Amino acid sequence: MANALQIVVCAGIVPDPLQTLEPITGASGPGLKNEMVLPAVLDPWAASALYEAANLAAKNPGSKVWLVSLGPKAKLQQVMMTVAQKVSFELVPVDGPIGGFTDAHATAAVLAETIAALPGLDHTRLLLFGGWESATRGAGVTLQLIGERLGITDQFQGVDQIDLRDDGSFEVLERVEGGKHQASVCVGAPAVLGWATGNLPEPRNNPQIGMANMRTIMPALQKARPATLAANGLRYTSVSLPKQQRDTRVVKDKTPDEIASELVEWIGAK
Amino acid sequence: MESILVLTHVDEGGSALTKASLEAVTAGKELAARLGASLTIGIVAADRTTAAGALASAGARLLTVSGEAFAQPRYASDAAACEALCRAANAAIVLAPGGSRFVRVAAGVTHRLGGVIDTHITAIGGAEGVEASRWYYRQRVEAVISRDARPWFLLLDAGTHTAFAGEPGAVDVEQVAVELPAMRTTVSGLRTPMKDAQTIRPDANMLLVAGAGWTKKQPDGQTHAAEAGALILGFLHATGASLGSSKSLVDQGGDNQPVLPFLSHMNQIGQTGSTPRHAKGLSTCCHGEEPHVVGWRFIGERRAISLDSNCGWTRGKADVVYVADAFQVMEKVNALLGAAKA
Repeated sequence: MANALQIVVCAGIVPDPLQTLEPITGASGPGLKNEMVLPAVLDPWAASALYEAANLAAKNPGSKVWLVSLGPKAKLQQVMMTVAQKVSFELVPVDGPIGGFTDAHATAAVLAETIAALPGLDHTRLLLFGGWESATRGAGVTLQLIGERLGITDQFQGVDQIDLRDDGSFEVLERVEGGKHQASVCVGAPAVLGWATGNLPEPRNNPQIGMANMRTIMPALQKARPATLAANGLRYTSVSLPKQQRDTRVVKDKTPDEIASELVEWIGAK
Repeated sequence: MESILVLTHVDEGGSALTKASLEAVTAGKELAARLGASLTIGIVAADRTTAAGALASAGARLLTVSGEAFAQPRYASDAAACEALCRAANAAIVLAPGGSRFVRVAAGVTHRLGGVIDTHITAIGGAEGVEASRWYYRQRVEAVISRDARPWFLLLDAGTHTAFAGEPGAVDVEQVAVELPAMRTTVSGLRTPMKDAQTIRPDANMLLVAGAGWTKKQPDGQTHAAEAGALILGFLHATGASLGSSKSLVDQGGDNQPVLPFLSHMNQIGQTGSTPRHAKGLSTCCHGEEPHVVGWRFIGERRAISLDSNCGWTRGKADVVYVADAFQVMEKVNALLGAAKA
């Protein structure tokens, strides 16, 4: 139990990437058309964080994983039907707005308050996980802000790997420019790790894990604390889809030799 | 009147400012000129000498935090350095390059200063005030935002401004003292792929994107992953292009399917990967649906090779789509490139 970890994973829900998105502006600001009925998934990079957390917990007996998620209860329930079958965790839902146009500072304040109030959480053993960016706002700041609010000053972003050592210290690989990793060694928890893709594949669905998780997920969703997010003076002058449409030339009648010649000329063209 | 601070840092070599930092200096100069604001530049470096000299003609007040503790990127030391520079400058608008070093700490610094932050800024405009453009939903929705709160941190995406290039010279630099907390993290260094395995080149003129089609069964009913790998690497060696990949191709390694051994999740572009900036892009064996195309948002000229004439690329996303077998075409391309070099 020397390395029993307490891992809190922050993960939002996002529209399924295959969906067409259309921004609209309503009374409360910008949003997506039909946002509440778009199929949703767990944020991809945060999902990597959840799988890495579960993997780390499985290797260190006595560890526990919480999944803290802010979103409308109905959408959270829909997404959890799938996510719950992947790995074991305790869901801590916060019933709040969905979407990328909310203010990251307000989101961080709500999540930090929720984490600080988790029963049985030992701050000295806390590893705070999440995606290094979301697929909605994509700012990459929420996790840092939560970390600062919780007083954690060892933070890592773009993490692809963590190797926990027997003495509780760990080595982290963070993505930096040019396809390289920066390797760092931290003496131990508490720390914040914003995950990139990591190295683990998505776990296969396991109905037994799903049933075990759902026993606690449904009551948690029923008791989810409501939260409103302040705009903090953030104003949107415009929100639009990119207008650039290319006049595509479709080439169907050329041989590989002809195409290759055309491509080489294009590659070399100034 | 707004006051502007540009945060900068040196590169891995430890003396010269990064290109992204110099781009931020340009953005700061432009914004200061437009608003009639004062401009301060803060430098984080082990040795400030060369970096400060390069900014001699920037027409700005120069502040620096320097010393061995700041030689390597690390949250605790970099956050303390940036916080000290911001407090010394007392600026309302803080611009910084959106590279890994400042992305790691900027939000934390903002919180310490009671400010607000927005990242991935691609343009700064506004008729009277300051408005910033950025993308949402992984480069699928573009927005222009503004804020009243100050200090307002804006992290700039690389490649959105020209790099500042002034005449180097002697310059007065104010050293800012920093009280460092106890360091719990030690940076060991960089892990770089072997030279032959280095396939991510942010400064390359061209991006080659390999899709899952490279490892699917070919007309002979067999997969040809080794041949595909040789063709892709041959192209990269001949052109110096950077390599991107779709998620599905990278994920195959975990599903016991044929893989291209030089690919990692770091090559991923698109919805779950990066959105690099290159002048040209060639897509091979992947389709052009929206989750993939977001990875191409900042590619200038786009061409694609696909066997599917109804591929998403044909719907206004690529400039040219060649309906052809990428194995055959890339073999000929590599032969022509090889002959041209010889």
